[in-house]
Amino acid sequence: MEKTLEEKTSERFLDIMERIKESNKSVTTGIDEKEIKHWVTIYIMGKAYKVPADLTLMQAMEFAGYRFIRGAGCRAGFCGACATIYRKKGEYKLRTALACQTRVEDGMYLVQIPFAPAEKPVYNLDKEGGGLDVVFKHFPEVARCVSCNTCTKACPQTLEVMDCIQAILRGDFKFAAENSFDCIQCGLCSIRCPAEIIHYHLFQMVRRIHGKFGVPPEPNLEKRIKEIEEGKFNEEFEKLLKLSPEELKEIYRKREIKLD
Amino acid sequence: MKIPYYPGCTLKTSAKNLEVSALESAKVLGVELVELPRWNCCGAVFSMATDDLIHQLAPIRNLIRVQEMNEKGIVENENRVVVLCSMCFNTLKRSNMFVKEDKERLEKINNFLSDTEEPYQGNIEVIHFLELLKNDIGFDRVAEKVKKPLKNLKIAPYYGCLLLRPEEIAIDNPQSPKVLENLLEALGATVVDTQFKTRCCGSYQTVNRKELVAELAYDILNQVKISGADCVVTSCPLCMFNLDTRQEEVKKAHPEFKTIPVFYFTQLMALAFDLGESFYRFDLNYVNPKPLLSEKIF
Amino acid sequence: MVLEDRKLLEKIKELSGIDLSVCMQCGICSGSCPAVDQMDITPRMMVRLIQLGREKEVLDSKAMWICLSCFTCYARCPREIDFAKLGEALRQVRLRKGLDYIRISEIPEEEFKKLPQIALVSCFRKFTS
Repeated sequence: MEKTLEEKTSERFLDIMERIKESNKSVTTGIDEKEIKHWVTIYIMGKAYKVPADLTLMQAMEFAGYRFIRGAGCRAGFCGACATIYRKKGEYKLRTALACQTRVEDGMYLVQIPFAPAEKPVYNLDKEGGGLDVVFKHFPEVARCVSCNTCTKACPQTLEVMDCIQAILRGDFKFAAENSFDCIQCGLCSIRCPAEIIHYHLFQMVRRIHGKFGVPPEPNLEKRIKEIEEGKFNEEFEKLLKLSPEELKEIYRKREIKLD
Repeated sequence: MKIPYYPGCTLKTSAKNLEVSALESAKVLGVELVELPRWNCCGAVFSMATDDLIHQLAPIRNLIRVQEMNEKGIVENENRVVVLCSMCFNTLKRSNMFVKEDKERLEKINNFLSDTEEPYQGNIEVIHFLELLKNDIGFDRVAEKVKKPLKNLKIAPYYGCLLLRPEEIAIDNPQSPKVLENLLEALGATVVDTQFKTRCCGSYQTVNRKELVAELAYDILNQVKISGADCVVTSCPLCMFNLDTRQEEVKKAHPEFKTIPVFYFTQLMALAFDLGESFYRFDLNYVNPKPLLSEKIF
Repeated sequence: MVLEDRKLLEKIKELSGIDLSVCMQCGICSGSCPAVDQMDITPRMMVRLIQLGREKEVLDSKAMWICLSCFTCYARCPREIDFAKLGEALRQVRLRKGLDYIRISEIPEEEFKKLPQIALVSCFRKFTS
């Protein structure tokens, strides 16, 4: 028999109630709220929320009902998307963190910085070369650095950011490339820089320049590229492309790993 | 003798000729210039606003490095730091004076830096390489080491502004300085005095007002030629750029102008000490000095 | 003087730390300045205008941006007025409002091939905030 409108509505209502009850369990930990013993209060964009004490900032924000559509990525401290600025209770110091890697503390005041604004620079190192002038052409503001060290203090990866900028200013791309290698491009340094330098784009360019012009070419790579271009592997590829998935699996299982 | 040395950004790139010739010439004279570890750009100009503290951070950080060099035993009891670039010299020295004259300023700066730096005690002295030559080494000793006196070379010393002004930091008498003249005489050269040896080359206006710099450079270089000199000697990478590289702009404004070589004083020292091509680095000079040198010296 | 004007004068005095009342208008500063030909108001005029409460005209002029910071004016002034500091204060009044004198993006590309770091660093310190 066809359900009445009333019956349909109350069914839907019960369904919603069930889902609300379901969502009262922590989104990421799956613990039922009633089982949580330790709670802390954090302030997300000025509004207070009670969250379980053992969550990361990101989990806490999701527990509070926020849903990330930007500003979350790998959730493993590697992608730099969840840059957070916060203050602790009773302190003036402005601190930075990655939301997925930092635990909540009682009285934290936080805000997300999902993106540090900067235009993506367009350059062609083949045409422009890899000298200091090329860096200055695209990032002239690097000459405005006042050595205040705010960038280093802001870095969640504890990189020596100011030293890298200074190395670039004196043309030492090797130092800058090697010491900015672990940069996750979260943008926290750039947001705080009084000289308005865009560190992550700048370091990316310097790493590219160093890789292209600074590091000696890898002879084995060049040799292999030449072999590919000469068609040395074409026949083998043709053979592989004709095989069935089962045959491929068999070949893969029986493969020989040669160490030259 | 080991003494801390602050290079400045440009000496690592386009003014590398100033650095290599200076370091090697100093070695010949028994002085090892030990580069500051982890130094940073000094800012090139002293920020004169009385309330400005953030622009003093860069110079003061460098002075803290000198302190650290003493503490770590890299140098022994040497509270002085030698600078080659006139602009860096002026900035570091004035900044040092600025924070020392008011205790509150020094305290604020030290507080700000306390996250990562030890406090600056205020005991470091900033000197220019020419002062070291005059006071510590002496021009007689310089003359002793000369192997190839620059006999036929007529050189016009050019001081620029920042070695002599403002008076509180001047390395010599601002109205009639003699230190470059004395050095050049010790190297065996003929010194030619010119009217504009302390007139400004145009400084940072070279970035967006290069026509002004071309005029100022023209006035200075013209005077040099009228006085009969073959070449000019300077100490500052920006003066070098404005008087040497900007001769291209001078020629545009004055087509009849003939180029004239400009040297760093340390390049001439290296030449007189006969240290070899690799320490002269004339390839970084815009106006090629080799024709003049082969005519007059070699 | 309008209250706003007085505040401006106070600001200039505070930033530069100098007392302009001792200037006797001898003109040595203007005579020594290597860049005076390009200026719309000469150094001597600048001091007089500020003394007369017309510092707005000075702030709108281009003279203080042509200054070379060579300190020749300070070296020659018989009253030892640190004129270079005054120039710096005038520039700072505008710069601290975010009114940069140059747009870095307008520097032609070819210039970056030649300009040493010392030129760029000093120029940006003087003309940008």
